[in-house]
Amino acid sequence: MTGFDFSNYNRNAALHAKGVPLPKATSTGTTIVGCIFDNGVVIAADTRATSGPIVADKNCEKLHYISPKIWCAGAGTAADTEFTTALISSNVELHSLSTGRDPRVITCMTMLKQHLFRYQGHIGAYLVVAGVDPTGTGLYTVHAHGSTDKLPYVTMGSGSLAAMSVFESTWKANLNREEAVELCAEAIKAGIFNDLGSGSNVDVCVIEKDKPTQLLRNYIKPNERGEKERNYRFPRGTTAYLNQKVISKEDMRKYVTVEEVSGDPNLMEVDS
Amino acid sequence: MVGHGASGMLGEDGIHVDMNHLKSGEVNMAINFKDGVILGADSRTTTGAYIANRVTDKLTQVHDTIWCCRSGSAADTQAVADIVSYHLNMYSITNNEAPSTQVAASLFQELCYENKDMLSAGIIIAGYDPRHGGQVYSIPLGGSLHKQPYSIGGSGSTYIYGYCDANWKENMTEEEGINFVRGALREAIKWDGSSGGVIRLVVLTAKGAQRHLYLPDTDYTGPGFTN
Repeated sequence: MTGFDFSNYNRNAALHAKGVPLPKATSTGTTIVGCIFDNGVVIAADTRATSGPIVADKNCEKLHYISPKIWCAGAGTAADTEFTTALISSNVELHSLSTGRDPRVITCMTMLKQHLFRYQGHIGAYLVVAGVDPTGTGLYTVHAHGSTDKLPYVTMGSGSLAAMSVFESTWKANLNREEAVELCAEAIKAGIFNDLGSGSNVDVCVIEKDKPTQLLRNYIKPNERGEKERNYRFPRGTTAYLNQKVISKEDMRKYVTVEEVSGDPNLMEVDS
Repeated sequence: MVGHGASGMLGEDGIHVDMNHLKSGEVNMAINFKDGVILGADSRTTTGAYIANRVTDKLTQVHDTIWCCRSGSAADTQAVADIVSYHLNMYSITNNEAPSTQVAASLFQELCYENKDMLSAGIIIAGYDPRHGGQVYSIPLGGSLHKQPYSIGGSGSTYIYGYCDANWKENMTEEEGINFVRGALREAIKWDGSSGGVIRLVVLTAKGAQRHLYLPDTDYTGPGFTN
């Protein structure tokens, strides 16, 4: 037998006709941002992963490694962002080894967009690609359908509107490292507090020229679980009682009868 | 699915079409003038009601003096322009000669026609080559190819058919040409909700490519040419 097997498709269509819902993918209903500064680029993300209305992971990592000086922030389907960045990371390293040059951000962005375009949006990866290479600093967004944008500051995910409002109101040209990190963290916080799909902590990655890349995991933790001031444990003696009767171990015999069971005692047959 | 939703899924109530596809090129145009061609476009890219990029560059270079205006799906038009750019680069290396605008337009047509059922791309190609001077070609949705004295495209273009028809002249000077394109795009931005942002122009002549930028802050009067 040759050719494609469409039996699973038919099964799904039949199941769907019967009213069986499709399985839900774990999605990073996310806020991710990126911002260029004078000596490099910084990207940041929240750490909430959701599956429908359920928080699947309270402290997941949405900042993905591509190469030492190129990192990616991912929104959309968690599995897709994880696997596409891992695949491109692998191909970028092989490419760098075969050319003998440091990988470039635009190369990585092109590989990502061509991969995602081929899958016509079925790979639900929405990415912010950032890095420093021999040609300078790069910051791009890549959408699941394969379109890309190049901007000095970017936001993506369900919290992108909240984050963009922070950038549009406070961004200025020629930021320094500290200002850029602070601005990105502030934008992610806007997503965490104003978007239901985003939450928990702020992760930051700073990529600078001639300096090692810094991954600041849980740079800000604005949602720490505090010590509870009260609990539901009742102290001994809370329940009132009318009388008390103490039974000693010896007296227990009166309440117990011992019966001999016929047959093999090793066979633990409960009902026969 | 939270965030930017999934595409074409078999959802709970039938087939869903993705409305979050990035749309770009809501108004763009290209014209012939005395010394070459001028391309112009707004800078708005939308995802549904959200402006994903307010300073998009829809004027894309595919060779030294062959450029295109992209409209329709951002992903589709970028992919097509990247493929054409690659082929024109190969062409100029193997033939040791720059490709003509017609060659570029034919490549665009080939891709747009052969893949018409998979693409939503409306592209205007404009270029200058020493043999033929300035030329403008347009490729609408079905993949047909039209050589025109000037061409307008995108959703905003419907608002400026009258403006263009009333103000168009053959053999305009560069200044007249710029004012014609800028004036038309300004009207389109004014009347079309899905067009906006800045106006970008590219002037293609024997001297090469020259970019212009006009900002809404000054009612699209400045700052004029760049580079």
